[in-house]
Amino acid sequence: MSNEWQPRIVAFFCNWCTYTAADLAGVSRLKYASNTRVIRLMCSGRVDPQFILDALAKGADAVLIGGCHPFDCHYAEGNYKCLRRFQLLKRMLADMGIEPERLRLEWISAAEGEKVKRVINEMTAAVRALGPLGIPQKFAEWDKEMEQFTAHVQAAEALKAPCAEHAPTQEPAHV
Amino acid sequence: MDKPTNQNIRIGFYVCHCGSNIAAMVDCPAVAKYVETLPHVVLSRDYKYMCSDPGQELIQKDIAEHKLTRVVVASCSPLLHEHTFRGAVEAGGLNPFFFHMVNIREHDSWVHTDKAEATTKAKELAHAAIMRVAMHKALEVKRVPVHPDALVIGGGIAGIHAAMTLANAGKKVFLVEREPSIGGHMAKFDKTFPTLDCAACILTPKMSEAGSHPNITLLSYSEVTKLDGYVGNYTVTVKRKPRYIIEDKCTGCQECVANCVYKEAKFPDEFNEGLGKRKPVYIPFPQATPQVVVIDPKTCLNFRNGELTGKCKKSCVTACGEKQAIDFNQKETFLELKVGTVIVTTGFKAFDAKRMPQYGYGKFPNVFTALEIERLVNSSGPTGGHVVLRDGKTEPKSIGIIHCVGSRDKKTNRWCSRVCCMYSLKLAHLLKEHTGAEIYNFYIDMRTPGKGYEEFYDKLLEEGVHFIRGRVGEVTDWAMSKEEMEKGKLVIRVEDTLAGYVRRIPFDMVVLATGLEPQEDAQSIRRMLNMSCGTEGFFLERHPKLAPVSTFTEGIFLAGCCQGPRDIPDSVAQAGAAAEALVLIDKGYIEQEPNTAYILDDECCGCKSCIPLCPYTAITFDAAKKKAVINEALCKGCGTCVAGCPSGSIVQNLFDDEEIFSEIEGVLAHE
Repeated sequence: MSNEWQPRIVAFFCNWCTYTAADLAGVSRLKYASNTRVIRLMCSGRVDPQFILDALAKGADAVLIGGCHPFDCHYAEGNYKCLRRFQLLKRMLADMGIEPERLRLEWISAAEGEKVKRVINEMTAAVRALGPLGIPQKFAEWDKEMEQFTAHVQAAEALKAPCAEHAPTQEPAHV
Repeated sequence: MDKPTNQNIRIGFYVCHCGSNIAAMVDCPAVAKYVETLPHVVLSRDYKYMCSDPGQELIQKDIAEHKLTRVVVASCSPLLHEHTFRGAVEAGGLNPFFFHMVNIREHDSWVHTDKAEATTKAKELAHAAIMRVAMHKALEVKRVPVHPDALVIGGGIAGIHAAMTLANAGKKVFLVEREPSIGGHMAKFDKTFPTLDCAACILTPKMSEAGSHPNITLLSYSEVTKLDGYVGNYTVTVKRKPRYIIEDKCTGCQECVANCVYKEAKFPDEFNEGLGKRKPVYIPFPQATPQVVVIDPKTCLNFRNGELTGKCKKSCVTACGEKQAIDFNQKETFLELKVGTVIVTTGFKAFDAKRMPQYGYGKFPNVFTALEIERLVNSSGPTGGHVVLRDGKTEPKSIGIIHCVGSRDKKTNRWCSRVCCMYSLKLAHLLKEHTGAEIYNFYIDMRTPGKGYEEFYDKLLEEGVHFIRGRVGEVTDWAMSKEEMEKGKLVIRVEDTLAGYVRRIPFDMVVLATGLEPQEDAQSIRRMLNMSCGTEGFFLERHPKLAPVSTFTEGIFLAGCCQGPRDIPDSVAQAGAAAEALVLIDKGYIEQEPNTAYILDDECCGCKSCIPLCPYTAITFDAAKKKAVINEALCKGCGTCVAGCPSGSIVQNLFDDEEIFSEIEGVLAHE
């Protein structure tokens, strides 16, 4: 198992239902894949879409959100707010070429330790099949490309304008 | 609010072995060693039991010696011990919120099987906490005053006991019961196991004491329909169903019952499980509390389809005379109460035996449920304690009691209902005493844990009651053999697992020991009170061992069978414990997590998009300043507005953006 590539999944679990369910999975000694890193929030309504984008940008291969079932939100309707943001973000991620399997929202009640196990295992398998997302590496590649491009432009500028007046200043003004 | 600068962040990290609970799956010293290399960490230790006194003292000592300003503990779930460690940090002289907890037990060591993977996970979670705690700010716990009055929902034995405990301590209690009388299931029982005390003799004095207690306001025939407000200060709406009797004027003389136009009682009596009959005006049972009659509009001639017709000659009104207690114009009314604490004692529902058609309940008249037998053996029951078959005259000569009906069964309910073995033994004893019949118990396992319970079982064995180990396959009226013994009888077909063969045994009467289930409307009560349920649908306690009567909402407590099947002594004990509400009332305040949100005035552009997001209308718009304002008293700290603010100008204490972003960075930092 350890020889296989291990995806990294960041999970945002609400304090009342899903985090408690994950505790229940622990107390019941259920066994599931170790790829998920849970961040506890009070409510799935607190999940800012930026958290998801930030997690993906910093190297997560997928993001899981867990909240209370409809009608069961500890804060009445935070899970609905989460669902709305999730739907919008899902489209946006698709437009950016990120597979829909990499973002998942699940309603898991405090009694459903079994479901925590199932969802995490399913998601780990699905993301493993997709392979790494590797956004940080892509950022690094893009930075390298940009540097090469800048160097290229500078070299061309230097050739085109040998006159000292047109040469780029040594120190950028904004530093 | 100062952003902490690097110089004053000195983090102490502790990883707990939890005996071998964590250490067996996570390499704790390796985690400590890894964390030591992280920025701002001045000290990193692993320790056997962090939650123990020496563990907590270690934190306090280190805070003083190493001038720690932040503490991270990696151990169990924060839902279990966060407050313990916050206390230790505070005792060490730091603000308790300069602490963060990492869950490497429930979320790591207990759920994984590969030590290397589990250790990596622990390192990453610890890394996140180290990065997060650096961003923590000093916060103050909010104190919310608690209204001194209490509400008890459900007037069974647990509710009565809880209400009495509070009332005797001088607190004002509202006891709400949806039936016309308090007493619950226990009032229906004949005797209680294992002492064979008469249930009515021990319960009814308690009922009347509760009914007349100066500190208890008894609201019978009423239901809680709404709970508003916030922790410690609830506004409860109680629906009072019309009983068509003015409670204060009724003396319980029952002249109206005697003089009803129906000379004979002819409607099924709910209290006697339909085995007896009652009139449209009735008192549920002789010791009912309050001693007030009730008129059933479904059967009373003065009503039709719930509408008043006035067609009856109303001899009851004449009989009531000057008391003028009968009021046919009574309507549903709603009462508003202010309370600070709520004790939920809504009890259970007996399993519906019709859900197991193989046992023939409802098909064969002489298949009874245990509750029906309770009424049959009761001397104030429908037959005056004379045990007879459904025909009303024949005494059974042989009785089979089937255990675990709707319990320990994957097709219905998986749980053990805990009381059925014992009440089956009790019924076997009582039936034998009343009829002298041959009695057989069909059980899967005999479960008799409790004071004097096993001894009671031994006594039954000596009394000559038969015990056959095996789950009954079916109850049938089909006589297989030409033998006379099966003719006209109910035949139980069972595999006797001790003898190792399938048996057919004929009986006159079959008793189904039905299990305990959550109340039908448990889900709506749960939603109303913002509680959680377990898989089975019973209300969930905060912690099964350490907080068995608390819920996740401060000030709301549980007792009795609404939390899970239990017997009378356990219900009463738990009800006494639920009077933990006293602690809150006497303390006068509830401490709340300071996880509320606030607006950064300089950054708010007044777009108002947060206002409709708040489910508690805690956000208003200050028209003069053109900024949103959050009322801290109303904010419950969900953070939905924070996630929705387009300019990022709302901050949630304990869960602010930079804290969460650093946590995200932390869980992904480890290569």
